[in-house]
Amino acid sequence: MSTLLEVSGVSVTFDGFRAINNLSIQIGEPELRAVIGPNGAGKTTFMDIVTGKTRPDQGRVLWGEKSVSLLRMSESEIARAGIGRKFQKPTVFEAQTVRENLAMALKNPRGPFDVLFSRGLDDADSRIHGLADEIGLRDHLSRPAGELSHGQKQWLEIGMLLAQDPRLLLVDEPAAGMTPTERQHTTDLLKRAAETRAVVVVEHDMEFVRRLNCKVTVLHEGSVLAEGSLDHVTGDQRVIDVYLGR
Amino acid sequence: MTSSTDTAPSSGPKYPGGSGGQRPPAVRRAPRGEPLRRRSFVARNPSILWFLLALSLFTLGVTVLAEATGTGLLSTSFIKTLGKTLCLCLVAVAMDVVWGYCGILSLGHMAFFGLGGYAIGQWLMYARTEQIVMGNLDGQPIPATPQEISDAIGTQIFGVVGASELPAIWAFAHSLPLQLAMVVLVPGLLALIFGWLAFRSRVTGVYLSILTQAMTLALSLYLFQNDSGLRGNNGLSGLQNIPGYENTPQATLSISFFWASAAALAIGYVALAWAVSGKMGSVIRGIRDNEARVRFLGYHVESYKLFVFTLSAIVAAIAGALYYPQAGIINPAEIAPIASIYLAVWVAIGGRGRLYGAVIGAAFVSLLSSWFTGGGAPDIELGFYTVQWTDWWLVLLGLSFVAVTLFAPKGIGGLFDLINHRVMPDREGDYGPDTGSWRTEEGTEEEPPR
Ligand SMILES: Nc1ncnc2c1ncn2[C@@H]1O[C@H](COP(=O)(O)OP(=O)(O)O)[C@@H](O)[C@H]1O
Ligand SMILES: [Mg+2]
Repeated sequence: MSTLLEVSGVSVTFDGFRAINNLSIQIGEPELRAVIGPNGAGKTTFMDIVTGKTRPDQGRVLWGEKSVSLLRMSESEIARAGIGRKFQKPTVFEAQTVRENLAMALKNPRGPFDVLFSRGLDDADSRIHGLADEIGLRDHLSRPAGELSHGQKQWLEIGMLLAQDPRLLLVDEPAAGMTPTERQHTTDLLKRAAETRAVVVVEHDMEFVRRLNCKVTVLHEGSVLAEGSLDHVTGDQRVIDVYLGR
Repeated sequence: MTSSTDTAPSSGPKYPGGSGGQRPPAVRRAPRGEPLRRRSFVARNPSILWFLLALSLFTLGVTVLAEATGTGLLSTSFIKTLGKTLCLCLVAVAMDVVWGYCGILSLGHMAFFGLGGYAIGQWLMYARTEQIVMGNLDGQPIPATPQEISDAIGTQIFGVVGASELPAIWAFAHSLPLQLAMVVLVPGLLALIFGWLAFRSRVTGVYLSILTQAMTLALSLYLFQNDSGLRGNNGLSGLQNIPGYENTPQATLSISFFWASAAALAIGYVALAWAVSGKMGSVIRGIRDNEARVRFLGYHVESYKLFVFTLSAIVAAIAGALYYPQAGIINPAEIAPIASIYLAVWVAIGGRGRLYGAVIGAAFVSLLSSWFTGGGAPDIELGFYTVQWTDWWLVLLGLSFVAVTLFAPKGIGGLFDLINHRVMPDREGDYGPDTGSWRTEEGTEEEPPR
């Protein structure tokens, strides 16, 4: 397992409030990693930094074999470099069909002229059908995404993430709004994805994290409080104090 | 027509929390195992055929009633009005692409329209003046040198602003092909540079609209100056006289320009409809609804905006180049900021986010406007006050705009949804005039994370 993402000494301040404080995390490839922590711990902000949405005040974010800095890249460049993201609130294009949503996410050349002139020349349909099967939306391909239930939107977004075929998947609270069976299905999906890629999952539900059966990082007030197996971190007194005990 | 037609009306109830299997087979649309046929672009957008049919019938009807080609029921000046209206429809279509589809409320598109007009106007004026000058010099014993001819043309054109030199800006005016290239290149480059600067700094929403207003205002103020080289507030005139066709009656010229305008509208409509269909359309509408999300999918949003903005500026310029020979005169007032605001009003009333809506809005409002302001509408006698439409038309237009925005956000084009029984909107969320497009603010996620 080689290091794919290295975040070191990163700090972010919002109007004087230090949301991320000297944070260092390393993610390998392949790896499945769960990130837990109380609300406001900085989990989403961590993903914002990696995907270029938020610029840190200090620290380094290095990517890949060549250790290129992500801090100099735009959001779209980072996405093209192989980092995909699922947002905490499901963010799909509600006015467009499930098929259109997936087609937009499919890994293909992204330039305007590529998109304008390359229509219908690829195997998009079969790839879309394969993905739709995987996320259980095969029968909903022609529906506008806005009509889907909350859980289905979550899945659609996971499908869009898989469609991008990224090397690193950042998944923010994927199980929110899902029924127990849907949660089970989601765990399976993520575990399968993590066989060949790096997957970082933020989740509050301890049962969900336990099923992921992977290394856990606990964030608190913008830095790492504990790291290790789930049993290891849940046994840590500080973790119990700030997170589990409440 | 934006959402593909395989979006059948959602008749069935919603299935909250339901996954694939719970949906009854009766409402399935793409049955498992059956490969989806790839349908042609026109088949997926039937409104294009309807539009072309309507436009053809209209053109045919006008041709039959025109003076040069038919019964003569329609006057030459009315043919010109109709031809000009078609050009306005084309610029409205371009506006709809940039605003209704991509969510960029440009309030400067008439600048591109005007620049197209100026570019063609330069050739029209130069070529015609050249003929007059040559005619005058004909009788002289010694043939005039090219320099003398050029000077004479300069004096003729610029006498009104007290100059006689042909400014550098007229360097290509002697050549129709070069000046036609300018029709596309000048507005295209302006849009490219302006768009690059604005989009690169991620100016969006109202701020972008204000910036486009500033652009068109600056341009018109510049052109108002005599030393801008385009005859200041006099503008370019006599554009209805087409060099080489001096002996052709205006009746024939008018119907020819009408046909050219109809053809341009047809071609522009189909080309832009193609550009906003398929995956390109998906990305463009995605940018309108949530541009940050599109970025995280790896698309360089700024390039797309620049592409759409420049493309629609070029279409606007072509529309302008066809409009002003029919109008006969162009001056800087034509690109005053208010002109671009009218354009947005037409598109909003016609229904943005659908190209035929823009056509309907532009045709309906601009024809109605010339009827009201041209004294066609009878004054209303209220006893204590006489409503004179030349004064009150703008108030009526403003009220209609507010009413449409508040009560019928889909505009006139929305009526077609009643025929189609289309219940799904093309877009969701706020249609407010100030927002221009509905989007999630960048850097926010609803449901505060704490
Ligand atoms: N754009 C922002 N502006 C100001 N404060 C922010 C912003 N984004 C996050 N924060 C704050 O930073 C802290 C960490 O937030 P977040 O990363 O969303 O926490 P969580 O671990 O629950 O995902 C919170 O206190 C949040 O309010
Ligand atoms: Mg969060």
